[in-house]
Amino acid sequence: MATAIEVEHLGKRYRIGVAQTRFRYAMLRDSFSAALQAPVRRLRSIVAGRGPGNGPSVEASEYIWALDDVSFELQEGRVLGIIGRNGAGKSTLLKILSRVTEPTRGSVMVRGRVGSLLEVGTGFHPELTGRENIFMNGAILGMKRAEIAAKFDEIVDFSEVSQFIDTPVKRYSSGMYLRLAFAVAAHLEPEILVVDEVLAVGDAEFQRKCLGKMGDVAQQGRTVLFVSHNMSAILRLTQEAIMLNKGRMARRGPTQEVVDYYLSSGQAQAGERIWQDAEISPGSAPFTPLSLRLKDRRGKVVDTVRSTEPIHLEFAYRLDAPVSGLRVGFYLSTMRGDYVLTSFDTDEPVMFEQHAARSAGNYVSRCEIPADLFNDGRYSVGVNASSFGVRRYFQDESALAFTVDISGAPGTQWPEPRQGPVRPRLQWQIEKVG
Amino acid sequence: MSEIARQGPSAVYIKPTSGLAALNLGDLWAYRELVWFMVWRDVKVRYKQTLLGMLWAVIQPVLTMVVFNFLFGKVAKVPTDGVPYPIFAYTALLPWGLFVTALNQGSRSLVAHNNMITKIYFPRLILPLSSVLAGLVDFAIALIVLAGLMAYYRVHVSLVTLWTLPLFLLLGIITALGVALWLSAFNVRYRDVNHALPFITQIWFFLTPVAYAATVVSEKWRLVYSLNPMAGVVNGFRWGLLGAGSGPDAALWVSVTISLVVLVTGLFYFRSMERTFADTI
Repeated sequence: MATAIEVEHLGKRYRIGVAQTRFRYAMLRDSFSAALQAPVRRLRSIVAGRGPGNGPSVEASEYIWALDDVSFELQEGRVLGIIGRNGAGKSTLLKILSRVTEPTRGSVMVRGRVGSLLEVGTGFHPELTGRENIFMNGAILGMKRAEIAAKFDEIVDFSEVSQFIDTPVKRYSSGMYLRLAFAVAAHLEPEILVVDEVLAVGDAEFQRKCLGKMGDVAQQGRTVLFVSHNMSAILRLTQEAIMLNKGRMARRGPTQEVVDYYLSSGQAQAGERIWQDAEISPGSAPFTPLSLRLKDRRGKVVDTVRSTEPIHLEFAYRLDAPVSGLRVGFYLSTMRGDYVLTSFDTDEPVMFEQHAARSAGNYVSRCEIPADLFNDGRYSVGVNASSFGVRRYFQDESALAFTVDISGAPGTQWPEPRQGPVRPRLQWQIEKVG
Repeated sequence: MSEIARQGPSAVYIKPTSGLAALNLGDLWAYRELVWFMVWRDVKVRYKQTLLGMLWAVIQPVLTMVVFNFLFGKVAKVPTDGVPYPIFAYTALLPWGLFVTALNQGSRSLVAHNNMITKIYFPRLILPLSSVLAGLVDFAIALIVLAGLMAYYRVHVSLVTLWTLPLFLLLGIITALGVALWLSAFNVRYRDVNHALPFITQIWFFLTPVAYAATVVSEKWRLVYSLNPMAGVVNGFRWGLLGAGSGPDAALWVSVTISLVVLVTGLFYFRSMERTFADTI
């Protein structure tokens, strides 16, 4: 079997600032002033005994290697999982493979067309009709016109928007829009499929469709690269995986082994988040976050919870000095970024009286989230520690994520997706009134 | 698709490029359908949700011509080589309008499509190229009005020189594309281009014989004047259509050389900046 992807000593360097604030661009005058300063700086370094080009140059510190000396090979027809924390270089790797950006070092050989499910809807124009956008989008994704025409009916069927195919897509609901966009991307049939679930938008139903399509593609013997924070999906869909850490390859092997390593290395965002000292900005003092854990009713740390059982959230932190007016809490949001709820440990007036002023020491704020609250899908937990109107000590918008499994929840006898992030068990009464 | 897979898909090698990158025009050829689709989309979308629609392609040059006719034709009475002033102005406004639209759309094309650039691969040259070509449709519509105007003023087409029109048009497009390549790539990094563009087009307009005839420029400045390729284009277009004015001379070759130099250097500059577009846009 032939090699589909061969990555050799791949490296990608970003300028700090460019990588972090991607939408800021330089103004010409910044360059002018830099150009004016450059000779002075060079002079200084020569005076200081360092020639230009040797010694710790100013340049080295302004750059960051998002990907550093990564090498691997992938045979045709294999499915490879890629895991790692945010900023580990997963997305950069995919961007290089799909030729969006050029590597700084090393090389990649890719055999065949690379398609990805993260480019869903690219080039869609709101003024064009569904039909026109299918052709437009297909062309952008590299399909020939004849190829799109041959698959047109199939794409329309898959998208379930056939009634509105001659309506401008600006009149579509966001769900219809996404379905149509996904339908085009899913019919591209590339030799190598790249799926970045981390960037995938859409509701649970849509994400399930993505994963389903990915499974099909893998079955047909095509090569798949799958990036996800969802360990259960990685385990289910891939046989081998690589783990990236700070741009370097930390591990490669059978998926189970790599996932175990990832979970045990304290970096996992699966059910548990442990903050390393380096991640905490000095500005948050005297508050230091330690860990956030999601537990089931038996006290086990879990990534997937059943909607029919209560879950427990535990936030451990340290106060290096007494803090008054403190409230520690969390936000819950869907993966699409819509907030579901916000709650703080001193929301109850009684609790605020007792715990608003806290002395130095280690603390755990924990709460129970009742059963029968969430619909299925993946949710993100953000944490926040602040004194209202005074100061925000610490905030992490996506500290961890978890998946809700709805088996046994109300209404699951009908295999249809239910709208909305909540799925409470409501007390219904049916009365015959006439 | 499976047939292609059986034949063994071709391998793509991704490596850092440095220095003057190869132009890789073969890739552009492979994506030629996308150029057509982008042009089609631009044309289709441009006048959506406007009351007058495609009429705008006519209204703009016609109203400009009316204003010029009053200012330069009636008040200032500029010499027009014996052509009625409305025709004189309109024949120049057509290639000039094409150039300005192409320059503006082309220079902004990369930034306007940043979501495409940061998400997928395609030859980036397609964006400025298709923006420049999309202007041709407006040009064609405005050309119909010119035919009507000429019939009204009983001005005859110069049949002997008519064949040169497409060549002058081509020169105008090459000039617009060359400048747009420079500016669009520059715009990715420095948004100063957005602010400079209106100013650039305004100055350029005064350096081009649109409202006046090139013959008013004195002989000793003629060569310097033709450093502006658009002077050659506008002058040549008028001459090709009406047979009016001095017609092309040695100075035209200066224009042609300049616009080719701008195009080729623009291509190389664009290619060498292309590798960081997704990171800096």
